[in-house]
Amino acid sequence: MITRIELAEKEDFYDAEGHAVHSGARDLGIQGIGTVQAFRVYYLLGELSDAEKEHIAAMLLADRVTQDYAIDAPVARPDSDRAWTVEITFNRGVTDMVAETTLKGIRDLGIPGVTAAKTARRYAFYGRLNDADKDLIVQKLLMNKVVEHVLTPGEKLFFPGADPVFTLVHVPLTGAEDAELLRISRERDLFLNLEEMRAIQNHFRGLKREPTDVELEMLAQTWSEHCSHKTLTGLVEYEGVLIDNPLKQTIFRVTRELDKPWCVSVFKDNAGIIEFDDDDNICFKVETHNHPSAMEPYGGANTGIGGVIRDPLGTGLGAKPIINTDVFCFGPVDLPMEKLPKGVLHPKRVMQGVVAGVRDYGNRMGIPTSNGALFFDERYLGNPLVYCGNVGIMPKDKCEKQVLPGDHILVVGGRTGRDGIHGATASSGELHSESEGTWSGAVQIGNPIVEKKLVDTLLQARDLGLYRAITDCGAGGLSSAIGELASSTGAEVDLEKVPLKYHGLTYMEIWISEAQERMVLFVPPEKLQAALAVFAGEDVEATVIGRTTSDHKMRLRYQGTVVGELDMAFLHDGLPRIVRQARWEAPQIVTTAYALPSDLGSVLRQILAAPNVCSKEWVIRQYDHEVQAGSALKPLVGCANDGPGDACITRPRLDSHRAIILSNGLNPKYGLIDPYWMAASAIDEALRNLIAVGGNLQRTALLDNFCWGNADKPDRLGGLMRAARACYDMAKVFETPFISGKDSLNNEYKTESGESIAIPPTLLISAISVMADCRKAVSMDFKRAGDVLYAVGMTRNELGGSHYLEVVGQSSDAVPRVDAAEAKKTFIALSQAMERGLVRACHDCSEGGLAVTLAEMAFAGGLGAEVKLQALPRSADVVRIDHALFSESNSRFVVEITAENEKAFCDSLRDIPLGRIGQVSGKSRLTICGFHGEVVIDEEIEELKNAWQKTLRW
Amino acid sequence: MKPNVLVLRAAGSNCDQEAQFAFQYAGANAELIHVNRLLEGDTKLEKFQILVIPGGFTYGDDISAGKVLANQLKYKLADQLLAFHAADKLILGICNGFQVLVKAGLLPEMDLNASQTVTLTNNASGKFEDRWVHLRVNESPCVFTRGVKSLVYFPVAHAEGKFVVRNEQVMEKLLQNRQIVFQYAGADGDKPAYPQNPNGSMRDVAGICDPSGRILGLMPHPERHIDPTHHPQWTRIGLAEEGDGVALFSNAVSYFR
Repeated sequence: MITRIELAEKEDFYDAEGHAVHSGARDLGIQGIGTVQAFRVYYLLGELSDAEKEHIAAMLLADRVTQDYAIDAPVARPDSDRAWTVEITFNRGVTDMVAETTLKGIRDLGIPGVTAAKTARRYAFYGRLNDADKDLIVQKLLMNKVVEHVLTPGEKLFFPGADPVFTLVHVPLTGAEDAELLRISRERDLFLNLEEMRAIQNHFRGLKREPTDVELEMLAQTWSEHCSHKTLTGLVEYEGVLIDNPLKQTIFRVTRELDKPWCVSVFKDNAGIIEFDDDDNICFKVETHNHPSAMEPYGGANTGIGGVIRDPLGTGLGAKPIINTDVFCFGPVDLPMEKLPKGVLHPKRVMQGVVAGVRDYGNRMGIPTSNGALFFDERYLGNPLVYCGNVGIMPKDKCEKQVLPGDHILVVGGRTGRDGIHGATASSGELHSESEGTWSGAVQIGNPIVEKKLVDTLLQARDLGLYRAITDCGAGGLSSAIGELASSTGAEVDLEKVPLKYHGLTYMEIWISEAQERMVLFVPPEKLQAALAVFAGEDVEATVIGRTTSDHKMRLRYQGTVVGELDMAFLHDGLPRIVRQARWEAPQIVTTAYALPSDLGSVLRQILAAPNVCSKEWVIRQYDHEVQAGSALKPLVGCANDGPGDACITRPRLDSHRAIILSNGLNPKYGLIDPYWMAASAIDEALRNLIAVGGNLQRTALLDNFCWGNADKPDRLGGLMRAARACYDMAKVFETPFISGKDSLNNEYKTESGESIAIPPTLLISAISVMADCRKAVSMDFKRAGDVLYAVGMTRNELGGSHYLEVVGQSSDAVPRVDAAEAKKTFIALSQAMERGLVRACHDCSEGGLAVTLAEMAFAGGLGAEVKLQALPRSADVVRIDHALFSESNSRFVVEITAENEKAFCDSLRDIPLGRIGQVSGKSRLTICGFHGEVVIDEEIEELKNAWQKTLRW
Repeated sequence: MKPNVLVLRAAGSNCDQEAQFAFQYAGANAELIHVNRLLEGDTKLEKFQILVIPGGFTYGDDISAGKVLANQLKYKLADQLLAFHAADKLILGICNGFQVLVKAGLLPEMDLNASQTVTLTNNASGKFEDRWVHLRVNESPCVFTRGVKSLVYFPVAHAEGKFVVRNEQVMEKLLQNRQIVFQYAGADGDKPAYPQNPNGSMRDVAGICDPSGRILGLMPHPERHIDPTHHPQWTRIGLAEEGDGVALFSNAVSYFR
């Protein structure tokens, strides 16, 4: 028996969801709607008396102050027969976390009869809508067919299910021709190329047997670009030289050469670890979750943040997650619908979904999301980028794993379902206009509360010393987790023991499923009972599924039959190394002469309003950036708590003022001109952001995240080689080692006409730094009228890739460069002056240049400024005032100094390019005078602020 | 006497450690206890003087915020809660904890069988928001706000914080009994507009107590304004001696001295 209970806001209460749908429909250009009502629907399977139904509805599901409910009928509304109504529910097998909680709530009421639950959303539309409107509303607004569908009358909602009859599947390939090998790879979505398939064929010829399907899948997953990073750790021929493992030659190498004693664990665990204080270390990881977010933005971002949180949790013996970071790249959010390629979600919808996905997961996990960035460019239309990062803290004696034979393998947390099958391999291929349909298995929706319970209990088990090793189930699922963690010993797993969400999974699906919220532990036999008790105590499922062995094989059984047995050596070292070609040529960029715009104030307002510069408050406010109560410098600062802070500062321990600074640098526009200087600029930007808030270079580490096009194409790979080389060159001079990184290649989108559009070369640099005392922090807002302003660092004629040239419709190849030695001197001198308390406000110059920096400092502080640029430190080729105002040269800051500290400040920066450029004023205007004292910009700061805020004031 | 504080955890609690720290800072012993320990009977409420239900998303706030934990209190721990309150002890619910207290029937007054008269529902803005708000502290019987200055500054971070009453009589009664402890306000204590009232609460209500003054629930987070560096503008106005939130926790501790 199925009971249907429906809820709606009472008519005199505000129906926020109905209103949101109404305005969303207007955004789609649909005009005829009068009102929209939203209803929440619960379907309950089981025998219930009328009294029990009433009790569940009234005492659990409905808030009777604000909501009406109805049992086995729609909630009565006047004229409801005139409405067009549509009901949407999750597809079979997709996580429905509200349904799971509902079952628990019903049990708490003492009602045992309900065995399953399902939720749905119903909407009633009043007004005139034609069929095309209705279709648009359903497809573009109400649901994503990847995870949801429209409920049809009489549709079967619950599936008792049965396990499939077990049949062991062999894939005959030892006798296959090349074409047959490629067909197998393609039809099974293995994404293995011919050489890789041949290597597998040879291996099994040696074994004189055919591989089973699960063996093939495990090889494909382990050898996928996502899991093995075979391009950047492979062989690359570039500039006539064969480079063996470019990553090792650049990023790893600089860390090894710098050899910092405070680097605890780099590039080997799930996150890089550095020392925090005498008791604790901190670790940091940034991941991408691009392909899933393109198909299902909410679920993709949800599981992106959920996944990266499990990285610190699976580092060493587990770190407590304490800070999230998020950086997104989207197509233009104002793109007209008719310009949207087929099969691509509109960027605004992608952005709203991604932000909601991160919000709902991060907030529920109780981890502050306090640092991030947003970047927009048309080339991200088919391939939005979603970078998610997490910092964790862990005691110093919990940073190393130990893998020994004979330990129990415990899977802890969420259950395994069909979600995320082929995520690792699919994310290593290109998207195309049919992707939505074919790869739906790769998309998952997370359940943050399952993960929160996992964190709570794992940290208890860690502190009790109940396990010897831990890792997360991410891409590749159990296959990747156990295959990697047990690579030095061997392991055997009984797949039928893995707890499942529902019946019907084959042994192969169980092994490669990427279901979320799972961790794998290796538990010594004598600790098993204690470990199981910790998890049971807080309703976390923990199940023994196998043992570690000493035979260096990965052995899989299902109901007693061996279904797979691979040598760990072949699994991890059998991947053939292919020589890839790399070539880079500077693009031909035509620079034409253009006149000085007559109204530079208007240009400034346009730049402030540009999506890449404008206020991101709409996003930031939706994230809880203060939970855990460690926030010492927030992402939004200034007199109205809405100015753009340079970096966030967090105290991980509430009884101390020792803190962590997080910042990032990203500038894909420069990547289109020269990836070398893009990478150098990103590093400079990340570092100057943390210098600007009072940090220093002394205990600062970097993370690299490359998102690139198809690196099998020589021009794409050539750019990547240049960027990696810049990472080495810059980090070497700044003495800031890389501790972790990740790459996501193949971010290309094939249009219907067959054209392949690559994203701009995009390198995200994340910086993490330990600050001895956060009470030395400085924010970017102007503080007091009468204080003097200094420009620090050299302004050069570097307009290539600038926001100014975009606004005036020009181009240039003069991309900003980094003089690392000079930049380092500047950073050190400035951080010393700030340490001495000589600086009242500091803001770096980045997108939009000096003028944007001054404007932001002014409106964040609610104070104007009188600026004269005669004394601006500038190179000889800066002769035009627009170039001085808007050049995006690196390594520059504007600082505010009190008159009494001026001399001490100048003394401490005496070897640095420095110019006194004016003072903070009591007036509400930003007035900037040119090289000869002429007024070039004179704007009300409130108008500048309004321009900066209005773009994303949704 | 140093009071013992039980900070109640459940699946999805996430402001438990900072609530524990705030009470420790104010001079109490504070322990984090999972609700399962109370349900199983391993831990008894009577051992403690102060019960805190901290912020978070208990059970995901699935169905509605705080509802599942509220039902656990109401249907499984009612006797212990009634005895606890009758023994002149204190109960504090912050954010999700406030939602729990209201839905379990501990606020506006302790009556676990009564039909709910007030609730916290979706923000008028339709979204989760984290921002700092000024709060007017009214004359009330509330133990936690004794001697607290008339205007305090705390952050809110919630999606379901709009305080609404079933009817005007409910509001009248709250006013009569002086149960409205905190109201959202402008920076000078004046009448707020959005976003000063961040969620559209009726009468700008941010927190209420029961008629005894010993049960307090509020949406803003006093435990997030303990250290002076919590203040969002400390880099402008300098570091205060301590955050505005400290006084609430100190009052609770002093109650047992």
